Amino acid sequence: MPREIIQVKNLVKKFADFTAVDNISFSVKEGEIFAFLGPNGAGKTTTIKILTTLLKPTSGDIRVNNQDVVTEKNQVRHSFGIVFQDPSSDDELTAYENMQFHAVLYGLPKELWKEKIEKLLKFVELWERKDNFVKTFSGGMRRRLEIARGLLHEPKIFFLDEPTLGLDPQTRSHIWNYIVNLNQKRGLTVFFTTHYMDEAERIAQKIAIIDHGKIVAQGTVLELMKQTQKKSLEEAFIYLTGTLPAKRMPMASTG
Amino acid sequence: MNAIYILWLRQLKRYFRSRSRLLGSLGQPVLFLVALGFGFGPTFQKAGEGNYLQFLAPGVIVMSVLFSAVFFGIEVIWDRQFGFLKETRVAPVSRLAIMIGRTLGGATVATFQGVAVLVISYFLGFRPQNVLFLPLTFLFMFLIALLFTGLGTAIASVLEDMHGFQLIMNFLVMPLFFLSGALYPLDGLPKTLKTVVLINPLSYGIDGVRWSLLGYSRFNFSFDLSVLVVLTFILLTVGSYLFSKIQL
Repeated sequence: MPREIIQVKNLVKKFADFTAVDNISFSVKEGEIFAFLGPNGAGKTTTIKILTTLLKPTSGDIRVNNQDVVTEKNQVRHSFGIVFQDPSSDDELTAYENMQFHAVLYGLPKELWKEKIEKLLKFVELWERKDNFVKTFSGGMRRRLEIARGLLHEPKIFFLDEPTLGLDPQTRSHIWNYIVNLNQKRGLTVFFTTHYMDEAERIAQKIAIIDHGKIVAQGTVLELMKQTQKKSLEEAFIYLTGTLPAKRMPMASTG
Repeated sequence: MNAIYILWLRQLKRYFRSRSRLLGSLGQPVLFLVALGFGFGPTFQKAGEGNYLQFLAPGVIVMSVLFSAVFFGIEVIWDRQFGFLKETRVAPVSRLAIMIGRTLGGATVATFQGVAVLVISYFLGFRPQNVLFLPLTFLFMFLIALLFTGLGTAIASVLEDMHGFQLIMNFLVMPLFFLSGALYPLDGLPKTLKTVVLINPLSYGIDGVRWSLLGYSRFNFSFDLSVLVVLTFILLTVGSYLFSKIQL
């Protein structure tokens, strides 16, 4: 039985009067691909920011790699890699320099990172462009660079916040190939958010559907379809996150 | 330690790669030296105060350090908007190290900027009294740079976007410069203005630089130094605190 590498109990995040995440609980097993599915503004990014120590939760018990995200930030930070929704590489540096910056920041020894950077940049097919400034890169190339960068310190968990947003279908499938490959070969735990149904259906082993800050359902694709008695994930999703509160309220208790 | 180094190096790379920024930031000090230095020179001379360019150059050197230091501090906002700040903030590095690395980088570049203006003013006719004192000039410049990079970072940590930048330039940086001892001697100033100048920490930075370049000072150079060191320490502490509180 694989251990639970992410454990979230009763997480609440409030911004002034607004409750962005409203008492959610879930867990992710080591080696699992877990998708967080929800409409825009449902609380997906806020949850990722809390799991990755960027935001402080209002309340709740959140453990990543068995460490508390509030009191053991540094250990938690060593354990994950992340690709943010918006670009987070330095435009004025080259692809290689961005990788180097990351390696030094994470305290990797030089003998190790030289070799690893080459391997990873080849893996995402950017080795030929390593000395180009990131500002000359397309959206897909940046995303690939950030995937390579996020993997450089050999994290146990990989967070991806809408990794394929705004990319063309070829690039999207390309990026998922890398990630599924890593999951299968290295047992990397993957936690991603998306609002593309097909991606979640195809890639994720387990899905949590979040709406208005609450998890309205979670399980495998089949379980979700069964729970809602719908024929596809998309129908299940629409049913669960539909605008009629009467539909959503009873489901809230399953979260 | 390595983290501080790589953050410092990043600031330097960014600065020296952007030639337009490099040249652009030298335009204003040159204008000040030429227009004010030569424009007010004769009047200054007639009033019996000596060579105005000699008096003005240290002030303009400090001005360029001040402007670029504040700017590099405020650059945190850019990093925040363009996402790079997130990369540093999920890293297993203390917020203090990030702040120190950035600040040292910004201060190094701002000091370099001041040195460039010093060289330009030499070509315009400015002569330091004793070149052996130049290391002290650099020390004063670096302290001023640290102080105001810290101030810029502190301000940037509480601002959401660049909209407040004009406000800071017009209501903080410009007054700091114009209400200091940079452009005019303190003796004989109206009382209120003089009080303001004496409260302004930049006046002491300018006095220190002027002392190291020309051999005369209004205050005591060790007093100048103490004021700068104490204030730099306070601002870096406040800046680090506010920086560590940024939520993304």
